[in-house]
Amino acid sequence: MSEVKYSKEHEWIKLDGDVATIGITKHATEMLGDIVFAELPEKGSNVEKDGTAGVVESTKAASDVYTPVSGEVVDTNQAIVDDPSKINEDPENTAWFFKLKIKDLSEMDTLMNKDDYDKFAKEASA
Amino acid sequence: MEIKKTSLYQLHQDCNAKFVEFAGYQMPIQYKEGIIEEHKFTRNHSGIFDVSHMGQLFIYGSEDLISDLEKIFPLDLKNLKLNHSKYSFLMDKDAGIYDDLIITKINQGFLIILNAACKDNDFKILSKLLNEKYRMVLDENRSLIAIQGPKSSQILNDLIEGIEKLSFMSGNWFSFEHQKIYITRSGYTGEDGFEISISNKFADKLTRQLIDKGSKLIGLGARDTLRLEAGLCLYGHDLDKDKTPVEANLKWAISKERISKGDFIGSDMIIKQLNNGVNKIRVGIKPEGRIIAREKTKIFNQSDVLIGEITSGTFGPSVNGPVAMGYVENKFSKKNTKVFLEVRGKKHPASICSLPFYKKSYVKGVN
Repeated sequence: MSEVKYSKEHEWIKLDGDVATIGITKHATEMLGDIVFAELPEKGSNVEKDGTAGVVESTKAASDVYTPVSGEVVDTNQAIVDDPSKINEDPENTAWFFKLKIKDLSEMDTLMNKDDYDKFAKEASA
Repeated sequence: MEIKKTSLYQLHQDCNAKFVEFAGYQMPIQYKEGIIEEHKFTRNHSGIFDVSHMGQLFIYGSEDLISDLEKIFPLDLKNLKLNHSKYSFLMDKDAGIYDDLIITKINQGFLIILNAACKDNDFKILSKLLNEKYRMVLDENRSLIAIQGPKSSQILNDLIEGIEKLSFMSGNWFSFEHQKIYITRSGYTGEDGFEISISNKFADKLTRQLIDKGSKLIGLGARDTLRLEAGLCLYGHDLDKDKTPVEANLKWAISKERISKGDFIGSDMIIKQLNNGVNKIRVGIKPEGRIIAREKTKIFNQSDVLIGEITSGTFGPSVNGPVAMGYVENKFSKKNTKVFLEVRGKKHPASICSLPFYKKSYVKGVN
């Protein structure tokens, strides 16, 4: 298991072999407010780095969820579709969004580590 | 133009409000606990809303004023009792709605509560219509604080004795710290509650005391989910210049007595629509599942023909599901009619439903 990486669109990604688990960061959920709807990509579909791979909606607005790397969707988390409030409760752990079989591992190098992301998030919300 | 702040701005900051610009004012959209918690707290306990951005228009006059206002509003103002309120509209000659409002008969005239985004234009329109015959004050020195929810009557009565005796849609003068304050039993959440018109200098003090008694500040975010669950219209979304009160399904607010005479601005169109029916009408819409259909979502019938548009849509925390309202062609407005909502390119099933989505009884009194 490698370290968790982060994107500028506020997704986190955790690699296990060539399968990545992806979700949105705690910082993202704090900006969004109460999440009341989640839409995930279809299993078996292919998603491209920085492309749309889902939607979350708060009471106020809808926001796209992007994928920080390219790959094939091998699993999705139905639990957050059934109860989107789980995303606010545990965004960086049990409330993951989808799992990808990664196409190009070098895409991971474009992402931030935790310290850099925390700095980025702090600046973005200032 | 510089963004305005209400007299509760410091208090909002102290309570960790997230701010948003609304109608030229810096207003709290939510506080720390978030929209859903704030919404539920209002439904179950008591919530305080800073609605000081709304216009408080005092118009002073007597018999002449009543007759002149009856030429403007579709209300039986001659028979409106002192301190009683009515919901109404300011319309153009085609019954297009400039604003929706609450008008209350007070001692020397009327108090009209106007939407923040419309108040300056309303003032101009009314001054012109009344030929500047009467003294009109759009009072910027008073704040407007709403307290809503089942515990509100008790909480407010602890501070200002006697308010619990007010009946729904009526008001009176009370005193707080030797200041005259005007309180009506009204609101826009579907809950029992009050709106308090108070001098800016004392608004902060009163609100802090209400918080000490157990009420909490609630932001505009929850105000929107509360009013939508209650089936109430938001001006600029569910109502505007291109919609009439009949199309908005608000004909209950038009006096039958006044329709029979037909002598107010917009009456020709209203009478025509009441007699011949309307092409489009406002309805409640309940999406199946969890999909949220927001404003401007297109509505289709079962044959995939466009029949209307959503004007307000969100997640209703008390309903625990999506809620919406919008305008559809009249022939598709019957309850339980199946429709489809286009969200992000896909059509999702929904049905026409009656309003409100959430119902609670107001405190009624002798009227």
